[in-house]
Amino acid sequence: MNAEPMRPVPYRVAARHSETHDSVSLRLEPVESALPAFLPGQFTMLFKQGVGEVAISVSGDPSIRDGSLTQTIRDVGAVSRALTKTEPGGVVGVRGPFGTCWDLEAGAGHDLVIVAGGIGLAPLRPVLLGALARRSDFGRVVLIAGARAPQEFLYRDQLAGWMADPLLEVHLTIDLPASGWDGQVGFVTEPLARLDLDPARTTAYLCGPEPMLRFAADVLLRKQVGARAIQVSLERNMQCGIGLCGHCQLGPLLVCRDGPVVDYARVRDLLATREL
Amino acid sequence: MTASAAVLTRAGLDELVAALIADGYRVIGPVVRDEAIVLAELTSGADLPSGWGVDTGPGHYRVRRRSDEAVFGHSAGPQSWKQFLHPPRRQLWASGGEPEPEKPAPMAFLGVRACDLAAIATLGRVLGGGAHPDASFLRRTGGLFVVAAGCTEPGGLCFCASMGTGPRPGPGYDLALTERIDGEGHRFLAEAGTDEGERMLARVSHRPAAGGEVDEAHAAVDAAAARMGRQMPDLDIRELLARSRESPSWEEVASRCLTCGNCTMVCPTCFCTTVEDSSDLTGEHAERWQRWASCFELDFSYLHGGSVRSSGASRYRQWITHKLSTWHDQFGQSGCVGCGRCIAWCPVGIDITAEVATLARLHDEGAEGEERADG
Amino acid sequence: MASAEQLAAFPLFSGLTQAQQELVAGSAARDVVFAAGATLMGEGDAAAGCWLIRLGQVAVGTQVPGRGLVVVQTLGPGDVLGWSWLVPPHRWHYTATAKTEVSSIELDTGQLRSLAEADPALGFPLALGFIEIVVARLQNTRSRLLDLYGSPRER
Repeated sequence: MNAEPMRPVPYRVAARHSETHDSVSLRLEPVESALPAFLPGQFTMLFKQGVGEVAISVSGDPSIRDGSLTQTIRDVGAVSRALTKTEPGGVVGVRGPFGTCWDLEAGAGHDLVIVAGGIGLAPLRPVLLGALARRSDFGRVVLIAGARAPQEFLYRDQLAGWMADPLLEVHLTIDLPASGWDGQVGFVTEPLARLDLDPARTTAYLCGPEPMLRFAADVLLRKQVGARAIQVSLERNMQCGIGLCGHCQLGPLLVCRDGPVVDYARVRDLLATREL
Repeated sequence: MTASAAVLTRAGLDELVAALIADGYRVIGPVVRDEAIVLAELTSGADLPSGWGVDTGPGHYRVRRRSDEAVFGHSAGPQSWKQFLHPPRRQLWASGGEPEPEKPAPMAFLGVRACDLAAIATLGRVLGGGAHPDASFLRRTGGLFVVAAGCTEPGGLCFCASMGTGPRPGPGYDLALTERIDGEGHRFLAEAGTDEGERMLARVSHRPAAGGEVDEAHAAVDAAAARMGRQMPDLDIRELLARSRESPSWEEVASRCLTCGNCTMVCPTCFCTTVEDSSDLTGEHAERWQRWASCFELDFSYLHGGSVRSSGASRYRQWITHKLSTWHDQFGQSGCVGCGRCIAWCPVGIDITAEVATLARLHDEGAEGEERADG
Repeated sequence: MASAEQLAAFPLFSGLTQAQQELVAGSAARDVVFAAGATLMGEGDAAAGCWLIRLGQVAVGTQVPGRGLVVVQTLGPGDVLGWSWLVPPHRWHYTATAKTEVSSIELDTGQLRSLAEADPALGFPLALGFIEIVVARLQNTRSRLLDLYGSPRER
């Protein structure tokens, strides 16, 4: 166990890729020692000296065990901006990985339905990659990804590959009308509602803005998918990441310790309560 | 639990303080300062607040002179022992070097009431019982010598009895003292709880306690349970709060609550902190500090450009629900020890026991309304 | 003619009895296939007809000067296209085009209306079925209006 869980470990940016106008993927490599390997769904606290620290979900391929970390960061504040501007060779600090992980095993023998809203695709990419690595363990694998506009999708090259993969069903949909887009226009719940699912054989993984999680979960519940078979990734203000500072509470849950991945049965009422 | 019970005189208590100091302990105990009874380092037993008591009420705390020279004749002051175990500001690390592990002198706490003893144990579960224990907290509690004080005069705001934490001090002390002042003089029944407690007791002047004296002292403490100034309603509080998320009570208390956060500062179990990173102008030297935080702070729950809990109602609900209900889910017990500090230091006198009673009444009325509607 | 089984696949008819579904299937519904690029409805035209999409994608849009045809909504299998025949001014508000080949059940809305007026026990559940579709479409549209994927920096 790490004797100093509050001290960031230095990682160097090995590669930097602009995903959208405000999101960047960084591949990080340890400067000295590597942190423990991450599980899909976990997050790290990324530190930029002189600016601060934020919680970012790991977005890389969990089967790559060379000590590197891939994280996709959106510029929404001072720390995330500084992180997105870090060029290869630059150093950031990392703590973690923390939190609970997506339960892929629960979907074994089932059809997987992965619903990603906006940047929510980043924490879900490791699930999809994990499922593809053992594709025969699952029935259908469906990915539904929503974005505001065509150029706002993350991993566009990879998405194109996945759309062409006959073993995957991929639905991309945009919220705002856009010229030059030949795909679906509508909220993520719309292609989700159109799926013909066997509720007893469906496991769902949802990540995105909280209202989107609620609306998408409602669609699945109406299709008789059990609340326990729906996994969601939650977000709250994270500071310590290790269950000691109290900021990330959602009712009885400490999101850094009991989440970020929880099953919907546990959080349905909590998410429905205003300002909890 | 060891068998020996002894009796110390007032002078014997001074000897105990001196012996602890001689052994290298920083002795922390109550002193009168700035018109309150606060916790500070003692240079000798003379620093204790002899003959001082307190008047407490909702939003009210005054020291007053007693008619005797009791040193423990006062209920919870504005500070709790948590400031020594979980300091208000603490450096976590500084860049460019190995951290200097703190080597604080071991501390001896003198006069820890049952409620506060329970609070220390509660903090221990939060900060020391998880997957990532707070090393600094464990170091500070590791060398601690605790002298508990049994209460015979509960204060106007005390409700330890209904929280199951007192008035008799629970396990966790090295020595427990029960102060007696009557025709037979000013003395302290002293009971050792550990070998270290026995060792300390042996070093100061004392005489063995007679069986009757032990019973008498215990009875006096137990009798205090019936004279508490307040009482938490006798019901499943954890369940009540879990069902009260939509109670009309929150808007009502929000019309009184200033969200000043005093309650979280004086509460002996509130543990929330905020991490602060800073660096010098060159960006070369960086430090990370931890400071006390409060769930009443407007940006405590800041996320995506705003706070999840921005209304006063939601922040009050968060505090009381965490303290009395979700603390059970997170740490396996209640977070409240019944010390009453939050009631005294609330500028508008919000009483946590009264708020629970209100929630219970509103909940029952709501349930009755549903029954009438169904019937 | 379409079959009652085909109609039953659409929740729109879940409030109707078997007999009522057969009546509608037999007298007010038929299979229609649209080639890719075909127009199902034109904005401003008199609104008649309703399409239950079984296969394929439909784009719903409007002409915006300078932007051309702006697609505000796409529909797919299971969706219902065309409600404006229900309410005044009984004109289409949007243009709907088949993006791919579209296989659908086309409802004769004039006949449907006659059946509903003749038998409120059929008309009411049918109306509720349409309301449910419109409510769902409204909720999804509002979700999009929330601009959930927008950045806090823009607010």
